[in-house]
Amino acid sequence: MLLILLGVLILHLIILILLIVSTAASAWSLGDNMSKDLWYSCQTMADNEGYHCKQGSNEDWIQAVQALMILSVLFCFFSLVAFLFQLFKLLKGGRFYFTAIFQILASLFVMCAAIIYTVMSPEAERTQFGYAYVLAWVGFPLCLISGLIYIILRKKE
Amino acid sequence: MLTFLALASVLLLGIVPERSQAIVIYTGWERHGLVGSDIRLSCSFFSWRWTSEDVTFSWTYRPDGSRDSISIFHYTGGVPYVDNKGPFRDRLEFVGNPGRRDGSILIKNLDFSDNGTFTCDAKNPPDIVGRPSSVRVLVFETVPIQAGVITGAIIGVVLGLLVLIVVIYYLMRFLVARRVFSLSVSKHGKKKKEGPQQRQLWTPPPLTCYPLP
Repeated sequence: MLLILLGVLILHLIILILLIVSTAASAWSLGDNMSKDLWYSCQTMADNEGYHCKQGSNEDWIQAVQALMILSVLFCFFSLVAFLFQLFKLLKGGRFYFTAIFQILASLFVMCAAIIYTVMSPEAERTQFGYAYVLAWVGFPLCLISGLIYIILRKKE
Repeated sequence: MLTFLALASVLLLGIVPERSQAIVIYTGWERHGLVGSDIRLSCSFFSWRWTSEDVTFSWTYRPDGSRDSISIFHYTGGVPYVDNKGPFRDRLEFVGNPGRRDGSILIKNLDFSDNGTFTCDAKNPPDIVGRPSSVRVLVFETVPIQAGVITGAIIGVVLGLLVLIVVIYYLMRFLVARRVFSLSVSKHGKKKKEGPQQRQLWTPPPLTCYPLP
């Protein structure tokens, strides 16, 4: 049915936007007037001196989280392209396996990235996890559910 | 009319060489080194004029956190003068080639006190207007991983694996398609010869010879 198709497509687009925002925004950790990870660490100086950003830390685990998040965005995009491609090319009664594989791989990458960040981020007082981190954890189960829907979905005509 | 032309030509001649007289000096932005190792600081320049014999290079050093810079190297009149009293005595060596506009120096046996900014100033008379260029030296105990190396490596490996899997998948499909094609030809041949025999009821096989397929 057209409604199911539309719903699945909108869910996919929402997941893609969530992942892009989580990857691009440097707000995995928030402190007082400070936000850092994944790319920059920015601080609002006291006495209204302005907003200073400097390059993020080069540690290996942060680079791994960067790579996994970028890969998850890429695979989510590939699965969207595969979904649109299979929508027009698949035989009647076929299942969207390609789309499902890419989407599940994307969710796996987000999960790995979020887990690595949770385990390795340094414990400092007055720093909490920021909104980009929360978006990553929200995106992982949504992505997994979307992938499973694609496995169950069958093309009718 | 003639005076106007004369004025215009003088103005043009005056403006055009003015623009091409600046000298541009290139050094690195930042250099990393391990404690105890040697580090080469490169300095070269771009100038519209030919390299003159009076070309000069000079390096000055400003330690981190200090406002004063001291001069540590000077090359003039074809002779390099190396620091023999300051923090770099016996550790500085000139490895450049002034004829090729290269004024690089080599600092041996780095120490943590060498953290700071090194400024290179080159002059190529008559091209003397230019801005000196600075390179920051950072001394580490262990060399840190550069930003983006591991990121790029992970992304490259995963995408490479993906491309490899897709190529192998299509290759297998192509090869199996060819093999299936050749197999079905011989199967058709076999079936034609064995067909009439199979449709009969089971009787002891007749004693006739059939040509081998």
